Amino acid sequence: MELLLALSVGVLVAASVYLMLDRNILRFLFGLALLSNAVNLMIFASGRLTPGAPPLIDAGEYAPTGVVANALPQALVLTAIVIGFGLLAFTLALVYRTFMTLGTVNSDEMRVAEPVDAGKEAGK
Amino acid sequence: MSWLLVYPILIPLLTAVLSYLFRNSPAGRWISVAGTVALLLASVVLMSEVLEQGVVAAQMSNWQAPFGITLVADLLGAVMVVITAITGLATVIYSLSEIPERLERLGFHALLQTLLMGVCGAFVTGDLFNLYVWFEVMLISSFGLLVLGASREQLDGGIKYVLLNLVSTIMFLAGTGLLYGLTGTLNMADLHLAVREVENTGLLTTIAVIFMVAFGVKAALFPLFFWLPASYHTPPVAVSAIFAGLLTKVGVYALIRMFTLVFDHDVAFTHTILLWAAVVTMVTGVLGAAAMNDFRRILSFHIISQIGYMVLGLALYTPLGLMGAVFYLVHHIIVKANLFFVAGVAKRIGGSTDLSRLGGLYAHAPVLAFLFLIPAFSLAGFPPLSGFWAKYVVVKAALDLEMWFVAGVSLAVGLLTIFSMTKIWGSAFWPAHPDGIKPRLSDLPMGDRMALMLPIVALAALTCIIGLFPESFVLFAERAATQLLDPTDYVTTVLGVQP
Repeated sequence: MELLLALSVGVLVAASVYLMLDRNILRFLFGLALLSNAVNLMIFASGRLTPGAPPLIDAGEYAPTGVVANALPQALVLTAIVIGFGLLAFTLALVYRTFMTLGTVNSDEMRVAEPVDAGKEAGK
Repeated sequence: MSWLLVYPILIPLLTAVLSYLFRNSPAGRWISVAGTVALLLASVVLMSEVLEQGVVAAQMSNWQAPFGITLVADLLGAVMVVITAITGLATVIYSLSEIPERLERLGFHALLQTLLMGVCGAFVTGDLFNLYVWFEVMLISSFGLLVLGASREQLDGGIKYVLLNLVSTIMFLAGTGLLYGLTGTLNMADLHLAVREVENTGLLTTIAVIFMVAFGVKAALFPLFFWLPASYHTPPVAVSAIFAGLLTKVGVYALIRMFTLVFDHDVAFTHTILLWAAVVTMVTGVLGAAAMNDFRRILSFHIISQIGYMVLGLALYTPLGLMGAVFYLVHHIIVKANLFFVAGVAKRIGGSTDLSRLGGLYAHAPVLAFLFLIPAFSLAGFPPLSGFWAKYVVVKAALDLEMWFVAGVSLAVGLLTIFSMTKIWGSAFWPAHPDGIKPRLSDLPMGDRMALMLPIVALAALTCIIGLFPESFVLFAERAATQLLDPTDYVTTVLGVQP
């Protein structure tokens, strides 16, 4: 099971890096979303996998008995999902607005803030 | 539980809510001013508490460390909160004049206050995952501030800023997850003890490098700084100034915290990478500045160059080096924010930040010219200003380790810094304005002039005070560095037991 998780994290990261190398901002963003999911899976796995053992405390006890699942990584993943979702929504809106204003999603064509010098153009 | 640690987070939060509710009336901006003054007072009280009692810690909801979230302030954390409040106040006052009502209605002050909350939170938290959350709070507010108004330049710069910073937070999250998997704790004081039990030091070093990359992007270290010069010159000047002062420094702070408290198991490897990254950062930053032809873009590249000095102090990893890093951190925040404010006034009265379209500032606004020289000379390291002492300590630390090359490079970078400053002086201040405008400060309405010049004068005075009476500041930085190198007090205060 660990092996399967580790492999899927690896495949997700590979796919996201491939997407993020693209000059199209939108594909970069999809890569970013994949990467954040890969990291979430990784945090989940780093809490160790204990299938079928919910961290429930029996009546009359103060702590769970025996080996149970670690609840903390799941809380972390939940927080990270919420934050990631918010940021993704913001970034999508930003990319859309940028496309409407600048008319491009190609990062090479985005030179408004850092215009290429006229001198350099002539030197080419 | 010490409430003092909660105020730097709570006050900006309340101010943000109130100033958002009153964003359509002038009350909103005055609430923002009042809230920042309150933040400054609270941070000074926290500082005096830390000076008296040593490290202060508070367990949230009385969940004992390492299980709950701990807020903790040592000398470094406390001084960073104070300096955040000072820069915040300067920015809020400056924005009274600079930020148009249109942006205020969009919630400018609320975003600024949540930014301050995120920065203060990052400085006082003692929990790694909590630090990640504060980074995100800080980031999302900075995204908002950066693109507020949505001009073409802002959107263009904003996209690069947002995307590259998102990659860095994901790296941070990945590092946090792996470190938790290895040690089973997220409390930084507990991590200090737990990493000593780890047998797989190879994996630990790998995680250290992941953190180095994540914080390196935030701190704008070579070769991870490209988002900074792409975006910092695009938003309103008040926003540029607070970004330039605070945001990269949060990255440097996180580097200092993690690479003294947690990752000190293989200093020869990790800190050597930091050393060379710092040297290359210094050089590329200052060369970039020399090639630029815009007031704010030159200053943006200077940030990168100066980050190199701070990280160099950390990388040397001697008491003197860390002391230099702490001193540099505080000095640089004041000076850099001030230079951006000056650039803003130059733009306001001269009409542009492009150096070829500026001029006549020395002839017609001599006060501004004088106030530019103070932070500019301080940044380059002229005695008797604060930058001289900061640079002196860092270079001395390098010389003590007989790193002649590193010390030589950092001195040469100082020289190039003053070169690019003379470039600004030589085209914005000295010659007549190309369009024949006479940029006078007295042409500004009285209220505007007060709001614009007050932060500049105050920050310049602070630079001079640190420069002329450096002893108490140096002693303070020395104590802070000692705490960083020997975090026994930090660990015992957080965990409440003898390690």
